[in-house]
Amino acid sequence: MIENLFINYEEAAAVILFGIGFTMLLFQKNLIKKLIGMNIMDTGTFLFLASMGYIEGRKAPIIVDGVTSAERYINPVPAGLVLTGIVVSVSVTAIMLSLTVRLYKRYHTLNLDEIYILSKHSMEDR
Amino acid sequence: MDFIRNFPMLTVILSLFSGSLCFVLKGKTARNYTILYEIFLLFVCGTILWYTVTTGQSFTYSMGEFSAPWGNELRAGILEAMLASFFMVIMAASVLAGYRFVHTDIDESKVNLYYALLNLMTAALMAIIWTNDLFSGYVFLEILTLTSCGILIVREIGRTTLAAVRYMIMNLLGSGLFLLGLVLLYDLTGHLLMVPMQETIAEMARNPRLLMALTISTGILTIGLSIKGGLFPFHFWMPDTYGWATPTSASILSSLVSKAYIFLLIKIFYRGIGIRIFALMPIKNILLVLGILGMVFGSIQAMQAGNINRMVAFSSAAQIGYIFMGIGMGGTAGYTAAIFHIMAHSVTKSMLFLTTPRLAEVSGSSLIFHNLQASALRDRNAGLFFLIGSFSMIGIPLFAGFASKLQFALAAVETGSTIRLLAVMLALALSSLLNAMYFIRTLIRIYSDPQGTVKEGDVRAMHRPGYNIPMMCLAAVNLFLGLFSWAVVDLIERGLRMFG
Repeated sequence: MIENLFINYEEAAAVILFGIGFTMLLFQKNLIKKLIGMNIMDTGTFLFLASMGYIEGRKAPIIVDGVTSAERYINPVPAGLVLTGIVVSVSVTAIMLSLTVRLYKRYHTLNLDEIYILSKHSMEDR
Repeated sequence: MDFIRNFPMLTVILSLFSGSLCFVLKGKTARNYTILYEIFLLFVCGTILWYTVTTGQSFTYSMGEFSAPWGNELRAGILEAMLASFFMVIMAASVLAGYRFVHTDIDESKVNLYYALLNLMTAALMAIIWTNDLFSGYVFLEILTLTSCGILIVREIGRTTLAAVRYMIMNLLGSGLFLLGLVLLYDLTGHLLMVPMQETIAEMARNPRLLMALTISTGILTIGLSIKGGLFPFHFWMPDTYGWATPTSASILSSLVSKAYIFLLIKIFYRGIGIRIFALMPIKNILLVLGILGMVFGSIQAMQAGNINRMVAFSSAAQIGYIFMGIGMGGTAGYTAAIFHIMAHSVTKSMLFLTTPRLAEVSGSSLIFHNLQASALRDRNAGLFFLIGSFSMIGIPLFAGFASKLQFALAAVETGSTIRLLAVMLALALSSLLNAMYFIRTLIRIYSDPQGTVKEGDVRAMHRPGYNIPMMCLAAVNLFLGLFSWAVVDLIERGLRMFG
C-alpha cells in the first residue's frame, strides 16, 4: 500500500496539494489566503493531470520525420485539459480578487468573520 | 428536417453572441432584446422537443465531425429538450416580471451588462443541458458560476457582495471537487465522453478493487455537485444569496442554476456511470439520508427565519432535499420523481421570489414579517400569486407540488425496501406538515388586517401587464404540471429510456 504511494509520488503529491488548498479555501478567515488556497487546489489537479498524461520516453504528438506510429507519442488531451483548467482558474481568481477589493473598500478588513459582523450591524441594507 | 440537428449547437452559439451584443446595446434595448431572444429560444428548444418526440430518437451533434471517442459532442433527447424549453419559460418570465426591480436596484449605466450576463448564463445553461462531454460540462459549470456571481453583485450593497463571496467560495469548493472527481474518472477510464466512459466502466466494475476506485471518484464528483446544488448540510449560503439579490436574479438562481447542477449530476449517473453500476455504489444511500435531513432541517430553519425572503430561500434548501431524495431512491421511478420535482419546484420558487418584492413594496420596503401584515390586501395580484405558490409548496391537490409529492410516494413504493418506504413516507409527511405550518402562517399574516389599517385608497392592484402576464404564465404552468402530471411524467420516462 505504502510503496504504491512512492511509485506514484506525483499523484500522491497532487492529492496532498489538493487537500492543502481545499482546507485553506474552507477554513482560512483571510480572503487573500483563501484565494491562494483555491489556486493551490487547482494546481494540485493540474499536476495530477499533467503527470498522468506524460509517458516517459515519448514525445509531444507533432509529426516530424514521418513517424506516424501512436506508440511514439503521448496523448495531447490531458495537456489541453490543463490549459483549459488554467484559463478557468485565472478568470475565477480575477473575479474573486475584484470582489475582495470591493469588500475591503467598504469594510476595511479582509477577515471574513469581521466583515460578516460588520455587515449585520450596518443599517444601509434594510 | 435534418437541419434541426444543428439547433442544440445553435442555442449555445447564439446565446454567446447575444451576450456580446448586449454589451454594446443601451439598457432598455438590451432588456427588450433579451426577452425576445429568450422567447425565440423557447421556440427553438420546443422544435427540438417536437423533433425528438416525433422521431422517437435522440441525436448527437459532433463538433468538427470527429466521431465518438475523440470528438466533443452535444446530445439532444426528449428529456434535455423538455428541460431546455422549460428553463427558457422560467427565464423569460423572470426577466419580464422582474425588470422593473432590476432598473431600480441597478445603476442605469450598468443595466445592459446585467442582460449580457443573463445571456451568457443562458449559453452556459444550454451547454450543460446538451453536453455529452464531462469536461465541457466542467467549463460551462464554471461559466454558470461566474455569471451567477455576476447577476448577484450587480446590486451594489455590502450585503450582496458578502453573499456573493460566500456563494463563490462554496461554489469553488464544489468545482474543485468536481474537477478532481472528473480527472480521476478520466484517469481510470480514459474517456471524457459519457457513452464510451459508460462502456468502459461496465467492464471495470466486475473487478471489486476497480469498483472501489470508481466509487471514490464518483463520490468526490457527487460531493462537488451537491455543494453547488445546495444539498444539506451545504445549504447555508442560500438565504443570503437569494435573500439579497435582485428578484430576477433570486428567481433564476434558485430555480435554474442550482437545478442545472443537479441535472448534470443525474446525467452523469445515468449516462457516464450507468444506472446499474451506480446502484452498486453506496453513494445513493448517503444522498437519500442527506436529502431527507435537508427536507426536515431546511423547513425548520425556514420556520425560524425572520424575513419572508429568507423563509422562501430556506424552503428552497428543503426542496433540493426532495430532489436528492429522489436520486437516492434510485430506479427509474426515483429519477422520474426527481426530475419532475426539478420542474415543479422551479416554477413555484420563481413565482414566490417574484411576488415577495411586490409584497414588500406595499409594506414600506420591508421584508420582515411583522411589517408585511395585510400586504396581500394592498396588492391583490401579488397576494394571489403568492397564494398559488404557497399552495403548490405545501402540496395541495391541483398544484404542481402535490403531483411531485405523489411521484415521490409512488417511487418509494417501487424501491421494494420497507425501510426506504417508511423513511420516505415519514419524511414526506413531516416535511409537508412543516411546509404547511410556515406557509399558512405567512398567508394568514399577509391576508389578515386586525387593526383595519388598509383603506380604500391603499388597494393597489398592479395593472402592469408586463408583470401580470408572465406571472399568469407561471401559474398556468404550475397548474398544468399539477393537472396533467401524467403527460409530463410519461415524457420524462421516455426521455430517461433514451438516456440509458
